Amino acid sequence: MFTGKQIYLDNSAATRLDERVLEAMTPYLFEDYAVATSEFAYSQGIEASEALNGTRESLAKALGATPEEFIFTSGSTESSNLALKGVALALGDKKGKHLIVSKIEDFPVLNSARALEKQGFKVTLLDVDGDGLVDLDKLEKAIGKETILVSIQHANQEIGTIQDIAGIGAICREKGVLFHTDATHTFPRVPIDVKKVPVDLITVSAHTIHGPKGIGGLYVRQGTKIAKWMDGGFQEFDLRAGLENIPGAIGFVRAVELVTPRETKRIQAMRDRIIDRILAEIPDTTLNGHREKRLPQNANISFHFIEGESITLHLDMHGIAVSTGSACFSRSLEGSHVIFGIGGDHERAHGSIRFTFGRFNTMREVNTVIKTLASIVEELRKISPLARKRG
Amino acid sequence: MKSPYSETVLEHFRHPHNVGAIEDADGKAQEGSPACGDMVSVYIKVDEKTKVINDIKFESYGCASNIATGSIITDLAKGKTIDEAKKITWKDAAEALGGLPKIKAHCSVLAIEGLRSAIENYEEKHGLVKEKKPTNMETVRQRLKKVMNPMVGLDLVRTNLVQTIEVKKGTVRIVIDLPADHQFAPAIKEEIKEKIEPLWDVEKVAVEFTE
Repeated sequence: MFTGKQIYLDNSAATRLDERVLEAMTPYLFEDYAVATSEFAYSQGIEASEALNGTRESLAKALGATPEEFIFTSGSTESSNLALKGVALALGDKKGKHLIVSKIEDFPVLNSARALEKQGFKVTLLDVDGDGLVDLDKLEKAIGKETILVSIQHANQEIGTIQDIAGIGAICREKGVLFHTDATHTFPRVPIDVKKVPVDLITVSAHTIHGPKGIGGLYVRQGTKIAKWMDGGFQEFDLRAGLENIPGAIGFVRAVELVTPRETKRIQAMRDRIIDRILAEIPDTTLNGHREKRLPQNANISFHFIEGESITLHLDMHGIAVSTGSACFSRSLEGSHVIFGIGGDHERAHGSIRFTFGRFNTMREVNTVIKTLASIVEELRKISPLARKRG
Repeated sequence: MKSPYSETVLEHFRHPHNVGAIEDADGKAQEGSPACGDMVSVYIKVDEKTKVINDIKFESYGCASNIATGSIITDLAKGKTIDEAKKITWKDAAEALGGLPKIKAHCSVLAIEGLRSAIENYEEKHGLVKEKKPTNMETVRQRLKKVMNPMVGLDLVRTNLVQTIEVKKGTVRIVIDLPADHQFAPAIKEEIKEKIEPLWDVEKVAVEFTE
């Protein structure tokens, strides 16, 4: 069994915490652990409150927003639930019961929409093209009188395609419907400035950028009609009840500070190396997602005639962690809805492997992965009836 | 490394036995399809006098449990007569592998079915099939049990997707409880045809959807 150094390439699922993030958080776990109180309470509470406000200001600023527009949550799942269900609750009876989401959204958006469907809302699942891009004309045509919200991700969790959110936002603005975007995988590497992009709600999270798990946020543009749906105290401008996660918020801010354009460039170079070399050196491979309009940290490639769980298990035996869109790998035993969404067949979904890079990966690791992968693919194809038929 | 698979499964997965195709096989079969996520082909050479399987090979498109089961059944069947080999069950294979995760039953059962079908194929070719029974609803139902519902990884019959089966003068009509524009409708239709068309007295297979 493998005992050497592990190579972790599943950074879109979870990242290793940066020590500097932990360092920033530690005082808020052991010394300044009090609840954020009103300014009329005890000193520790007032200090906690000030710390929380400081973090809110920093994160809002990273989006070009004001502090009152940034709501802390427990992560992207909760943020997207709040965006969709909160808007539905606020506008469903007053304005209409129609939502539009792309068919390749991540599960928090997709399943919030499905849950609302059961409550009597109509949901349009918008098609995407072969690269995963939403067609703006189709979007415009899908918006009707009853439409209250469009939710289209900034970038895709599996295939990395980045949508034209400025174009989408402009259409929504013109038609008078709210626009939510899930920026879990882009923030802050692919910047959004809400002063320039007409977007009303943005989901962000710390877990994808070497921050702590369990802290995220929702940008809510001032004046946006949205209702609270989880009951409790009056925290977060009375939009999200529950004890504030101040250490998490502090960690989130530090994690955002540590993301630099220079680092993003280094990560993108690893992405480009793996894509270009695999496509050139391993036959019968297909890139999933757009080649240029793509997350800097994401490569997703289908290896034809073989199945993803077998590939990932072999890679795991070599200490390499990646994920796949294969049905066999997932808890639900369903193939990737994203690969099906871009018109891929079962074989393309089952053989798709996602590599996502982070701060702690190196180009040397990339070279090791390519070499290991080439021999695994060759071995698995030797025993595949599909490879023999077509080969 | 942490894995839900036993050491034996991992060993067979890493170094599968009896891999490949036999060009002049006496019996061969293929079970599963890319749509259901797993596929296995089994090839056998049978001694005409003793009916002993003296060579067997397999190919697999699938996950670790599919590959490992393919490998173990070739070990179990080699040297046995076709009648003995027919009696090898999924349980025998699972036991020989030191256990298999339950959720992976459908991927591993394919190899057993592949072996049985390869033997049937041998028997058909060598005139060993007893009586040709006419196809009826039950025969069709049995075959539909081998078609996966890709949404849940279980077969169409178990997941109650088969609404109607009609058998009339060589025509089999099957109604599946899914919209015709469902994501998996074309794949399911194709798989049903693959499974029903080879029946000796079936001339036409009509697959319909409810919406």
